[in-house]
This record gives sequence, structure tokens and C-alpha cells, in this order.
Amino acid sequence: MNQTEIQARESLHPEHIVSPKSYVAVFLALLVLTATTTLVAFVDLGPWNTVVALGIAFIKATLVVLIFMHIRWSSNLTRIIIVGGLFWLAILLALTFSDFATRGWLPILRMRP
Amino acid sequence: MADPRRLPHGEDGGPATGPGYLQHHFESLVQQKDASSLGMWLFLVTEILFFGGLFLVYTIYRWSYPLAFADASRHMDVRLGTTNTAVLIISSLTMAMAVHSAAAGRRRLIIPFLAATMLLGTTFLGIKAIEYTEHIRHHLFPGPWFHYPGPQIHARPAELFFSLYFAMTGLHALHMVIGLGILSVLVVQSRRGRYTGQWHTPIEMSGLYWHFVDIVWIFLFPLLYLIGRHVH
Amino acid sequence: MAAEFIPEAEPLHPRDNYLNVRYGVGSWLLTRDHKRIALLYLASITFFFFLGGLFALLIRLELLTPGGDLVQSETYNKLFTMHGVVMIFFFLIPSIPAVLGNFLIPMMIGAKDLAFPRLNLLSWYIYIVGAAFTMWAVVHGGVDTGWTFYTPLSTAAANGHVVATAVGIFITGFSSILTGLNFIVTIHTMRAPGLTWFRLPLFVWSHYATSLIMVLGTPVIAVTLLMVGVERIFHLGLFDPALGGDPVLFQHLFWFYSHPAVYIMILPAMGVISEVVTTFSRKNIFGYRFVAFASVAIAVLGFLVWGHHMFVSGQSVYAGMIFSLLSFLVAIPSAIKVFNWTATMYRGSISWRTPMLYAFGFIGLFTIGGLTGLFLATLGVDVHVHDTYFIVAHFHYIMVGGAIMGYLGGMHYWWPKISGKMYPEGWARFAALIVFIGFNLTFFPQFVLGYLGMPRRYHAYPPEFQVLNVMSTAGASVLGVGYVIPMIYFAWSMRYGKNAPANPWRSTGLEWQTTSPPPTENFPVPPVVTSEPYVYATESEVVG
Repeated sequence: MNQTEIQARESLHPEHIVSPKSYVAVFLALLVLTATTTLVAFVDLGPWNTVVALGIAFIKATLVVLIFMHIRWSSNLTRIIIVGGLFWLAILLALTFSDFATRGWLPILRMRP
Repeated sequence: MADPRRLPHGEDGGPATGPGYLQHHFESLVQQKDASSLGMWLFLVTEILFFGGLFLVYTIYRWSYPLAFADASRHMDVRLGTTNTAVLIISSLTMAMAVHSAAAGRRRLIIPFLAATMLLGTTFLGIKAIEYTEHIRHHLFPGPWFHYPGPQIHARPAELFFSLYFAMTGLHALHMVIGLGILSVLVVQSRRGRYTGQWHTPIEMSGLYWHFVDIVWIFLFPLLYLIGRHVH
Repeated sequence: MAAEFIPEAEPLHPRDNYLNVRYGVGSWLLTRDHKRIALLYLASITFFFFLGGLFALLIRLELLTPGGDLVQSETYNKLFTMHGVVMIFFFLIPSIPAVLGNFLIPMMIGAKDLAFPRLNLLSWYIYIVGAAFTMWAVVHGGVDTGWTFYTPLSTAAANGHVVATAVGIFITGFSSILTGLNFIVTIHTMRAPGLTWFRLPLFVWSHYATSLIMVLGTPVIAVTLLMVGVERIFHLGLFDPALGGDPVLFQHLFWFYSHPAVYIMILPAMGVISEVVTTFSRKNIFGYRFVAFASVAIAVLGFLVWGHHMFVSGQSVYAGMIFSLLSFLVAIPSAIKVFNWTATMYRGSISWRTPMLYAFGFIGLFTIGGLTGLFLATLGVDVHVHDTYFIVAHFHYIMVGGAIMGYLGGMHYWWPKISGKMYPEGWARFAALIVFIGFNLTFFPQFVLGYLGMPRRYHAYPPEFQVLNVMSTAGASVLGVGYVIPMIYFAWSMRYGKNAPANPWRSTGLEWQTTSPPPTENFPVPPVVTSEPYVYATESEVVG
């Protein structure tokens, strides 16, 4: 990046200052979601309990990342890095599961750990 | 193009806009800040994968022993867990406000918000310590003294659950302790007037770290405290 | 980069350079200059290279005769464990990135330093602290789990200093993470004006890919070793079969990092070869973008194949099929690189200087190592040769024949820049030849041994395997000599070598446009890049 590019960026993108109101809004949303996830956990939804619990956790995490961690206003590179990190975690989970999920398929090896 | 060697420098060229903001090998504050932010996010990616290893182990064992894990999770104190979640969320708000105060140039507000964050972080660790004490008192710490109070058919996988519980929350608590250490450095530096509206990168980066640790807990809470509640 | 060549004799030994600007131990131990930190790493990894080599020689000595006569089986277990731990975590993984990468990346992109100089120094100190833990374990009786730390052997059964060694590797991992992080940020933010991504030298591309692996993979091995540690100390039964835990899960976590770690070793060497082959063929690289993207492809695909280490571990056969298929894919970018280097040399004006000899060695040996890797990626064949000397030979062809050849080639190529002195060419060619002969004599017989069924990690073997083992041990001695000779003449050249010109190889790289050795700030005037790298072809047209 050369000097002129840098100066151009400096004038075009001053640091974004988020209003405290959005912080408080996110904060309240997080509290409501925490209460929701706790209450829902006591209701029997069968397999959906886990889905709801993890779904709410993802929404909460996304709110924190977007607003508290300023990703809504940051560069694409930063977003790619975050998505990349999560993608690599997904690789770890998915390929490990390719082992554990298929262990029972072969009749002679029908045993789980 | 200006000769960069003639740009005002921090460490060896004397102060430019304040005490040593621009390091000698950068050309501008924007470049320096981009580098810090990129570096911090990459570090957080390493943290995702660091905790990710434990989340993988949790996922595999939970998938292998769903009933035992559900049963074991009912030995958690949901009230304390929910309170702690709320405490961490409030601390994220105060941390965000500390960063905001620094960015907006309200230097007098930085220290109160940092102090509030530290107080909440300490509260979280205190509550965690109470929980740990209770678990150990009830022989729920894995190893030779482990004694499972629930159905004995679940006893051994339940010990796995508690191994994971202590490993995951322990690693999270360690990150909280490190975070408190970082925040205390920030408080000291703020007292010295190091941070301005123009340059407050350390506060911002520490904020990212603090929020990340909060996010880890956002996932730990349902996975460890809530999964068995609906089973009666 | 501008095809402008500084005449050979012109700037002899400039007065101020990074080596003589300050003196004293403190000026080295507290330096933030990436070039000095590279030399700190050079000294440390050279120590570990010879320590690991010593273990290797003891292993080969024991295997000279079929009976277990030189050392007890327990001692032998410790020897191969510490050979692996030292060579992998304390030599190969830091070798090219921490020495040549550290030294060259800022220079190749026209920057004054890495983005985080203090972090760079910190990663060296972290490396040293980790090394201290491991050395403590070595001195106090070592560890015998194999470098793989498989559970439950490592958590419940092994008597050695598992925790100290694991802590050492855990700590050193952070050094690797910080180095990778520093490189990525530097390459993104510190490039000189005009240096676009597709004008970057391929050495920088391969280090970018390496850094991705360091950042994405290393945390997983860190947390895995942490789990082994807490299981051993606090009896948290994370992988304990008695509680229903699964040791195979440990292997998944371990290989998620440790397979890509092989690419941490080989990718930087590939970067070296791309620089050396173009310079000494005086040709532009054939298919720049293919070579660049092949590095990234190897890094990414490398994360999808770890299960091929576990075909006989109790992993599901279906997962084995997926991992086998994915493993074959790695051959594609690897082959692209080999073909493109060959095509670069085709009709080039090749000079047989020492770095080029190592590049030839690399290409040939890496090809053998890579092709035998395909045998191992094949489910059925792997069952036959798993845990035999076949696999030992295979990965030594990659790690020694590939990575160390690349490292030595790079050290010779950039030695004039690093030290400001020329090494003695005759001796260097001789040593390169010795290394090549010694290497093949050591490891080729191991392919045969493995195929015939000699298992790895035993200190005794049936007498019919002795001839091949004697050949291998003889080769190891030759190889050892081949490694000592460069040590001697590099040290000799620092005092007695001829002063090196700024650009002895008439290379187009930015790092050659400054003096040898460079000044602390690398370039007296910050460079501006106006063209692509490796513009040798135009020059030969003009000249020839």
C-alpha cells in the first residue's frame, strides 16, 4: 500500500464510532435471549431442545461479533478471517464425525466407543 | 511521495502526535492500526480452534452418551450459571463502553468502565469458584474420589462429562484471569494518559479479546447447564 | 522487479550493516531486527538439528546388528521418541520459516521489518522456553511414547517425562503460531508500493500458505497436548477407555495438526526451490499463478487428509475411504509444482551452483517421497506397509530429502546476503553430493525393508534384514559427514570467505537489490516495484 492510497483511506474511512444506544440495545437483546434459552430448556421439545439452545447461542454470538466487536463496520478481510476460522472448526468436526457416525455401518464392527 | 524516513516517528524519531504512537517500521497510523487489528483477529481465530478441540471432544462424547450427558448436566446449578451468563454480558457492555469512551475521546470515562468490567469479571470468577467448591464437595471432580450420585449406569460417561466440564470451564476461567491482567494494565496506562481518541488500539484489541471470551461462555452455558433440563 | 543488475565487484562490504551496527550480547538478545532474530533462530535450530542427528545415529548404530545389543528396548524407545520430537518440533517446523522466512520476507516485500517486531523476538524466547522444558525432559531420562503421544500409553502407562515434553511442545507451538500470524499480517499490510499479490516472489506465497497452517492447525495440537497433560496430572479422563472415552479421538485431534505440520515443513522448502530454480535457469517461472495457488491448495487440502494416518486404528472404514480419496487430491498441486519447476528448467541456461544442486536433489527426492505417499494413501496397500520401514522411508524422503535439502539449498543461496561472505563453492558442491549419496543410501534400503515387513520402532529384528540395515547405517554415517562439512565451511567463511557482492547470482529478487549484508532498515531508499518477479527471459533476450 503506498502513501497516497494510505492517505486516501485515512480521509475516506474515519474510524466508525458506534452510538451507545446500539450497545445498550444489543445488551438488552442478549439478556432476553439468555432468559429465553434458560426457560425453553425446561420445556420438553425432544431433539429440538438442542437445536433451540444452539440456535440462540449462535444469535447471541453473532450479535456480540457484529456490534460489540464492530464487524458490521469492518473490512471484508476481517470477515473472511472469521468465517475461515469457523470453517476450519467445521472441517475438524465434520471429518471427525465421518469416522464416528459411520462406525456402526459395517455389520461386523457394530460397536461404539 | 514523501520520504518515509522523514515522517515523524514515535520510537526513534521523537513524538509525532503523542508519545510514541507510530512505530518506526510503519508508514502511517492507519497501516499500523490495520496490522494490529488483523493480527488480533488472527489470534482470535487461533483461539476458536484452541477451544474447538475441546468442543469436538464434547460433541463426540455427547453424541455417544446422550442420556448420561443429559443426566450429568442436571447436577449443574442453573441459577448460578444463568447469573454468571448475565454477569458476563453486562461486562461485555461495560467493555464496549470503555472502547467507546476511548474512541470518542472521553478519557475520563475509560477507567470507570474498565474498572466495572474488571469487577464483573471478578464476580464471574467468584461465582465459578463457588460452583467448583460445591462440585468438589459432592465428589463430582473426576478421578479416584469421583462418586456419581445419579443412576450408576451413567456413572462412567458422567465422569467424562465432568472431565469436560472442568477442562472447558477451567480453560475459560484461565482466559478470564488473563483478561483481568490485561485490563489492569490498561487501567494503569489510562491513568498515565496513554490513550487518546486518535490512538487507543490496546483498549480496542483487549475489548475484542474480552468479547471473544464472552462468546465462548455463551456456548458453554447451554452445552453444560441446559441440555438435560427437559428430562424429568 | 526491475531487471537492473548491480555489477559484481561494485559495492564491497558496506560499512554499516545489521551485523556490525551494534555489538554485545544485549544487542542480540534484545534486538527487534528480523534479520538478527533469524540468526538467533539459526543458532538454536542448528543445535537441535545436531542433537536430533545424534539420536538418529544412535538409532542406526543399534540397528547395525539384528540383536538388541547396544541399548535396551526402553532406551531405544526413548531414542526414537526424542529423535522425532527434537527434529519435528524444534528443527523442521521452525527451520525455513523462522530462519530464512524471518530474514527474507520483509526484504522480499520491501519492508523495514515484520509487522510486529517485538512479537517476533517474543516468539524466539517462547521457542527457547519450550526447548528448555523438552531439554529438561531429555536430560532427566527422556520420554518413550513416540513423538505421537498416543493415549492411553501417554496418559496412563508411560513412565517417562511425558508432561514436561508435552509442555515444551505446547509452549513452542505458540512460537509457531506467533511467527505465522506475524508473516500473514506482514504480507497483507507491509508490501512496498507497486508490489501486488501477483508480483510477490513465490517464496512469499509459500510462506503465506505455511503461516495459514501454523495459525489454523497449531492451536489444535496445543489443546490436545493440554488434554493429555490434564488427564495425566488431574485424572480428567478425557480419552480414558475405562470411562468410555476414545483414544482414537485423540488420534483425530493429533493428526488434524500433525498431518498439515508436514506441509509446514515442505511448503517453505518449495518456496526456496522456486527461487533457486528460476535464478539458476535464468528463466521466468513456468506458470507463476499455478505455482502460487498450488501452495495455498496444498495448505488447504492438507487439512482434509489426516485420517490416512489412522487406517488401521479402528477408525471407520467409510471414513478411511473418504480420507483416502482426499489424500490423493494432494498429489495434484504437488505435481503441478514439480512439473512447473521442470518446465522452468527446460531450455534454461542452467548453472550448476550449489543451491541448484540441492534443488535438483529436492525435486528428485520429493517426487519419490510424494509417489510413495500415494501407496500409503491407498487403503489396502497401507494395511500391508503400515508401521513398517516403508513409511519411515517415505516421510524421510519428504522431510529430509525434501525439507532439509530445501533448507540447505536456501542457506547456500542466501548465505552471501545473510553473512556478506561467499562460501567455498568446491567444498559446497562436494558436500551436496555427499548429502545426496548418504541420504539415498540411508533411506532407500528402508523402502525395501518395509515392503519385506520389517516393523518400525523395534530395537531388534530378524537376521535376514541385516544387509539392508547395514547399508542404511553406513548411509547415515555418510549423511552425517555431509551435514558437518557445511557447518565447518559456513563458519570458516564468516572469517575467511570472500566478501559477497550485493547480487552474486544476478537474481531479480528485491532482497538482492540492497547491500550484502543489508543495513538494519534493509533498504537505504524504500523500493518501488514496477514489474513481476523472475524477469530473466527478457534479460537473456537482450544479452543473448
